Amino acid sequence: MQPVVEIRNLAKSYRRGGQIVPVLTDITLDIQRGEFTALMGPSGSGKSTLLNLIAGIDKPDSGHLRVGGLDITALGEGELADWRSRNVGFIFQFYNLMPVLSAFENIELPLTLTRLSRAERRERVELTLSLVGLSDRKDHYPSELSGGQQQRVAIARAVIADPVLIVADEPTGDLDRQSAADILAMLQRLNAELSTTIIMVTHDAHAARTARRLIYLDKGELMLEPPTI
Amino acid sequence: MMGVPLNYIARNLWSRRLTTLLTAGGLALVVFVFATVLMMDEGLKRTLVTTGELDNAVIIRKGAETEIQSGIARDQAGIIEMHPAVAIGAQGRRMVSKETVVLISLLRQGDNKPSNVVIRGTSDMGFLLRPQVRIKAGRLFHPGTSEVIVGSSIAARFNDTGIGQRLRFAQREWTVVGVFDAGGSGFDSEVWGDADQLMQAFRRNAYSAMVVRLADSSRFEAFRADVGEDPRLAQEMKPEQTFYSDQSKALSTFINVLGLTLSVIFSIGAMIGAMITMYASVASRVGEIGTLRALGFRRGAVLWAFLAEALLLGIVGGVAGLALAALMQLASFSTINFQTFADLSFRFILTPGIVVRTLLFAVIMGFVGGFLPAFRAARLNIVDALRAV
Amino acid sequence: MHALKLITRNALRHKIRSGLTVFGLLIAVLAYGLLQTVVDAWYAGADAASKTRLITRSAISLAFQLPLSYESRIRAVEGVTTVARSTWFGGIYKEPKNFFPQFAVSANYLDLYAEFVTPEADRQAWLRDRRGALVGRQLADQYGFKVGDVVPLRGTIYSGDWQFVVRGIFDGADETKITRQMLFHWAYLNEWQRTRPGRRADQVGVYIVGIDAPERAAAISRAVDAQFANSTAETLTETEQAFQLSFVSMSNEIIAAIRVVSYVVILIILAVMANTMAMSARERTAEYATLKALGFGPGYIAVLILGESLAICAVGGGLGLWLTPYAAAGFKQAAGGLFPIFAVSQTTLMAQVLCAAAVGIVAAIVPALQASRVRIVEGLRAVG
Repeated sequence: MQPVVEIRNLAKSYRRGGQIVPVLTDITLDIQRGEFTALMGPSGSGKSTLLNLIAGIDKPDSGHLRVGGLDITALGEGELADWRSRNVGFIFQFYNLMPVLSAFENIELPLTLTRLSRAERRERVELTLSLVGLSDRKDHYPSELSGGQQQRVAIARAVIADPVLIVADEPTGDLDRQSAADILAMLQRLNAELSTTIIMVTHDAHAARTARRLIYLDKGELMLEPPTI
Repeated sequence: MMGVPLNYIARNLWSRRLTTLLTAGGLALVVFVFATVLMMDEGLKRTLVTTGELDNAVIIRKGAETEIQSGIARDQAGIIEMHPAVAIGAQGRRMVSKETVVLISLLRQGDNKPSNVVIRGTSDMGFLLRPQVRIKAGRLFHPGTSEVIVGSSIAARFNDTGIGQRLRFAQREWTVVGVFDAGGSGFDSEVWGDADQLMQAFRRNAYSAMVVRLADSSRFEAFRADVGEDPRLAQEMKPEQTFYSDQSKALSTFINVLGLTLSVIFSIGAMIGAMITMYASVASRVGEIGTLRALGFRRGAVLWAFLAEALLLGIVGGVAGLALAALMQLASFSTINFQTFADLSFRFILTPGIVVRTLLFAVIMGFVGGFLPAFRAARLNIVDALRAV
Repeated sequence: MHALKLITRNALRHKIRSGLTVFGLLIAVLAYGLLQTVVDAWYAGADAASKTRLITRSAISLAFQLPLSYESRIRAVEGVTTVARSTWFGGIYKEPKNFFPQFAVSANYLDLYAEFVTPEADRQAWLRDRRGALVGRQLADQYGFKVGDVVPLRGTIYSGDWQFVVRGIFDGADETKITRQMLFHWAYLNEWQRTRPGRRADQVGVYIVGIDAPERAAAISRAVDAQFANSTAETLTETEQAFQLSFVSMSNEIIAAIRVVSYVVILIILAVMANTMAMSARERTAEYATLKALGFGPGYIAVLILGESLAICAVGGGLGLWLTPYAAAGFKQAAGGLFPIFAVSQTTLMAQVLCAAAVGIVAAIVPALQASRVRIVEGLRAVG
């Protein structure tokens, strides 16, 4: 079976004050459909950059990157945006919900990019809300929700368009222990029950243990073994 | 009490350059309008005040407000001329200029539209009584000829007023033989010619007005009383400076009322801009405010820090607007004077008084715009503010 | 649909900021409208002037009068139907600031001014009274003149104290007509001139010439002026409208200044609005980056910002537009007759709408471009 994510010799560097700083050097990696992968590594190891590249919100300098069989490095900005709306679900550390939209409306947001009718959208949002256990909170605004609840809204927003892949960047980084456990359990359930492919960046070993596969990055390179601490 | 350092305040403005630029830009435009109005009024006043000489008096018909409306018969002029208060000049000549003042319409350069211009018939005595009038180019008109000279702002703004060119009015051709400079006074907007020639051409047998030099300015009141009481006369007398500055009243009031009303209305817009900016400045720095307070800065210091930021914004706008307005000194403005129906040209004049008033206006705008946001910043609770970091 | 929701909610997010911006726009649009109306008011006299009436005046300037003998010669010109006399009096009612025009006119003057509607009884009463005067409705309302009142005037050109008795009040045929003037008998003024030493009688300020066909105005004007060419008092004949416009053009720099200033207020509010939008867009950088990550295009982000800017301008401009006629009425009242015609024109209202829209669009350009171009990775990192 073809992997969801195929990465070959991927490299990426940034300009910082006139200097070129390599972030990723020669990454080669496959991620299979239905995998729940945790990307670990210290700060500055390039794990978030790798995630951003896979999610199509950043562009590599060189190398090949195919997601769902498509070479996304060849896509223009507009095509890439369309591609993301159909294939990628995002979960951020700080939730990134629209503060002016209610929980319901935030979850509905990705569907406004589809051709679904109003009634169909409503139906799917209601279903997803119950999936994340927030049916009773649908009319609340983000400022009226706790961190854990906001992240659950974000998870609902990520899955609503039925993406090929969900990317999560430190999804528990801003949460207390209990909320973090709830969020991780929910991701695990999504992966197990709906076989959603999830790639999660985290620096928390406890969180990483929820994933089925661990990948370590250090100084822009993949490590086969976790670095000895 | 510890104060927040000024360079911290200035750096905050600098760090949000676009916002500072837009806000100060709005303030600068209002300041520009405000300063220009004051400069215009100053220019108008100075033009008409310098038109008069301190020791000169103007005699016009009772009830007349301008020389154009006035009339003095030849015999009446003779009576006034012989009054003992009149100064005696060189060769025993009495310092009196009997003048005829009428309006002619000339075509403006550029749009070729007619505008009324004062033409003054005078004699060499007219020049002696008004030392600020000097020939700038060409020469004086010869008495007894159809020659005229034009004021500098007429020469610059009307057709056919160059030296050697001819103006046609009252069935005659009048040759322009000189341009005079009247030191920025109202005479710069006049055409001068020989009194007798002009009276013949216009078929007038009476003068319009007289200008007399007083032997001693303390005798003005007595002279005025004599003119007022003499049954043969229907004239009255006014100090020359008062006479001309009275003629700017309507125009000056108009400029002031319209200009200052607009400045006040416009300033509301600019103050709103300052207020929005300052509210945003406070909102984006709640954490900083909490930190400052925790470090021991008092509420007053925080209030002052934000107020100072707003005042600084006002000063930046004020200086920029003033600089823009200062450029207006290169321009002049001309319009019909509502009282004389004649065209009048004047400059925009910037005085230290105007600079002070303008900057004060800018600072007040900054203060009004900054007060509420600064007050809000000062009232923030330390714990809540720190939580916003 | 969703975009509209986001736009309106974003606009309402900072209540103080949006409220202040709306208020500023209201003031600016209102001030702009009033200033344009002031300029219009300047031209009101010329707009209301007739093209079927000519004015014959001295070619030298208005300060010169014409001989009475010209009247019959003008009437003899082909195409001329009526010739009336009118002399500017220039009297002061109590104080110089109470300015209003007074004209000494011939009895047939009103035949030429059909737009001044005078009851026949009033007209007859006026014709019978040597010292009688007719006053326009706007003037009568301003000073409370009633039929039978004595109006004292201090002469400036015709020095002395004059007294006129109001014999009638005339109305404008419609609201565009200025009726803020007083008319009295030319014959009365002429008699007075005759009795004063040094005064020349039988002089007329201007002749009002009625013609049979407006399209021949230019030809008839030339014919009249040709009659008096190379005489001691050459004439200049033009339509009443051109005559009025020549007055307006003498103060054209003031009008130009008012025009310029009316756009300055728009510039001021543009700076305020651009600032509001720039601040809002900057604060929401992370949100816009999130929307882009979710697959919304840069155009969508630009629409959100442009829409918000236009929404604020629509509310502020709309309120300003709505208030303009009321403010104009108040201004007219406060100006105390300085502007007898002060009506907000359709063109002004359109220009206000355009200005508000232009402010909304221009203010949004830079923030919209910046936000739509923001790189997602960097935008997500931005906080507040």
